[in-house]
Amino acid sequence: MHNPSTLSDATSQPLTLDAVSHSYGDALAVDRVTLEVRAGELVALLGPSGCGKSTLLRIVAGFINQTEGRVIIGDRVVDPLPPNRREVGIVFQSYALFPHMTVAENIGYGLEARGESKATCRERVQEMLATVRMEGFGERKPRQLSGGQQQRVALARALAVRPRILLLDEPFAALDKNLRLDMQIEIKRLQRQFGLTAIMVTHDQDEAMSIADRIAVMSRGRIEQLGSPVAIYDEPETLFVNDFIGSSNRFEGSVETVASDLYGVRLASGAIWTVTSRRSFSKGDPVLVTIRPEQLALTSKAAPDTIPVSLKLSLPIGGELIHDVESPAGEAFKVASPRRPGASLDMSSSMHCALAAHAKPILFPRPAA
Amino acid sequence: MSSAATGERMGVEWRLAAPLGLTYLAFFAAPLVILLVMSFSVDDNLGGFTIASWVKFWGDPFYRGVVWDTLRLGLVAVAVTTLFAYPIALLFVASSPGMQRLLLFIVLLPLLTSVVIRTFAWIVILSREGVLNQALLALGLTSVPLNLLQTELGLVIALTQIEMPLMLLPLITVMGQIDPSLSDASRALGSSRWRTFRKVIVPLSLPGWIAGATLVFASATTAFISQTVIGGARLVYLPTLIWQQAMVVYNWPFAAVASVTLLVAVLAGVSAFAMLGRFARTS
Ligand SMILES: Nc1ncnc2c1ncn2[C@@H]1O[C@H](COP(=O)(O)OP(=O)(O)O)[C@@H](O)[C@H]1O
Ligand SMILES: [Mg+2]
Repeated sequence: MHNPSTLSDATSQPLTLDAVSHSYGDALAVDRVTLEVRAGELVALLGPSGCGKSTLLRIVAGFINQTEGRVIIGDRVVDPLPPNRREVGIVFQSYALFPHMTVAENIGYGLEARGESKATCRERVQEMLATVRMEGFGERKPRQLSGGQQQRVALARALAVRPRILLLDEPFAALDKNLRLDMQIEIKRLQRQFGLTAIMVTHDQDEAMSIADRIAVMSRGRIEQLGSPVAIYDEPETLFVNDFIGSSNRFEGSVETVASDLYGVRLASGAIWTVTSRRSFSKGDPVLVTIRPEQLALTSKAAPDTIPVSLKLSLPIGGELIHDVESPAGEAFKVASPRRPGASLDMSSSMHCALAAHAKPILFPRPAA
Repeated sequence: MSSAATGERMGVEWRLAAPLGLTYLAFFAAPLVILLVMSFSVDDNLGGFTIASWVKFWGDPFYRGVVWDTLRLGLVAVAVTTLFAYPIALLFVASSPGMQRLLLFIVLLPLLTSVVIRTFAWIVILSREGVLNQALLALGLTSVPLNLLQTELGLVIALTQIEMPLMLLPLITVMGQIDPSLSDASRALGSSRWRTFRKVIVPLSLPGWIAGATLVFASATTAFISQTVIGGARLVYLPTLIWQQAMVVYNWPFAAVASVTLLVAVLAGVSAFAMLGRFARTS
């Protein structure tokens, strides 16, 4: 027998994708993806559209049989199981609520399919309505609800059957901006409360950053990097991840000095930056240095590690001022500084760009031109 | 203000609709009235008033049987086309765009030839020496040729093919508009394919089915050519009866009774399907 107090201790299960590949005809959509999602963890699949995120999700749900690799839920290979036997809950971007059924019938749909008694269904539907704070909406039809409410019902419907895994395909894409944050908090709350193992697909990095425990950045069917939001942001392992997450400046340069993992890099403008890197380079190697705008600062003092710049534009964006600057060598880049009321930049004197304190530029090899 | 504007627009719309309206009045409503009057007439000059034709028609078990056979033919045609149309429609919506074009062409094919030619083609297929019997005999599935011409089975087979597009086109249109993730959602929630079909696909495709069923019913009950050519003299349906009474026996009042009966029967069937739709939508 189910009772409400067991709701939060649903046994969460890990999900493993083992070298999963999928081709549509000749087109490779998912390319040897290996991913372990720990029990109770929320992993975001983040990547540009067309990189294979939905395909991967549909493979886990069983709508697509992958051409290669295995999907393991708990300790069981689920590949031979049809979607209705996988116990995977899924929330679609379009919500996919059954338009001819009431909210209560929608939520009870999966319970009925599993042959639960009428009384159990009714009880659990009420419980789920309360969980997503939609009491009193049971008799409405989906079209009588707002987008956010439909989203809640879709969640309640997926969670009512206590799935082992929860899959979310672009769950916030159809919501307007204000509602998005509310729903992100709501989903995070429910995922924690139910101790659910979850995968969320998104092409919005802020969304991924805010609610995922770990992010898998995808590109052209492959996982480029898997890590915590902070690691993905601060230590991108590939240029693709570096460019896709946040905004970042690129400088061309070449290695001048090498001292264990400390590299002196001369930029096109003549400035020399000292950069730590786990990759190894030799003297004379052409490199790319990337750095986030907030790790640069404008100053009036010239130094060996500063770049002389001319200011082209300053835009206030939220709590920051974004300066669009250019060096005499033609390097165009962005510098961010905190916006303080009253304080203004001294435009008269010559300006230089320096690394801010604790700045961590990143080195990538550059194919020689 | 707005009601005055609506009133004005109504006026304009009436004037625009007038030519067609008058045509209908002259060539549709007026003949119907004459038909009704004829059914109460003594002779074919619209003279006198009598209910004798009505009494003769409804008092005779043979004619009542004809009415029932006609309605049943319509219902059987609807049932059989439904049985074949759903699998084809499911296949259609699951197919790639190229495959869909091919399927649509095959579905529309019967509409590209005339009814007469299609019906005679079925005679070639269904006759004792026909393609179907030769195939069955060759396969050893039967030792004597089956009698399919002049049987209801043969007629239903032919009508099913001839009327399939009427059922399929509205059904495909409506099913194509159903969000495919609804089926996925149903499956992920633990429903088998069959339960998904019953609980999601069927209710949502109902408007298309009702349109199709209405068309098939109206067209099967009035399919004079197929009924007479394949049914022959042994099977009598209302259209055949009307033709016999009007053109062979020259009993126009009696033919008028049969005509009005056919009209009402078809209308009753059609409204029954419409009501079924309204009932299904509210429940
Ligand atoms: N049903 C399909 N048939 C053929 N190609 C498909 C199909 N679905 C997706 N693709 C292709 O596979 C690639 C990955 O698609 P998808 O998984 O939907 O990406 P995403 O969800 O990341 O936007 C895309 O190039 C897309 O065009
Ligand atoms: Mg997608």
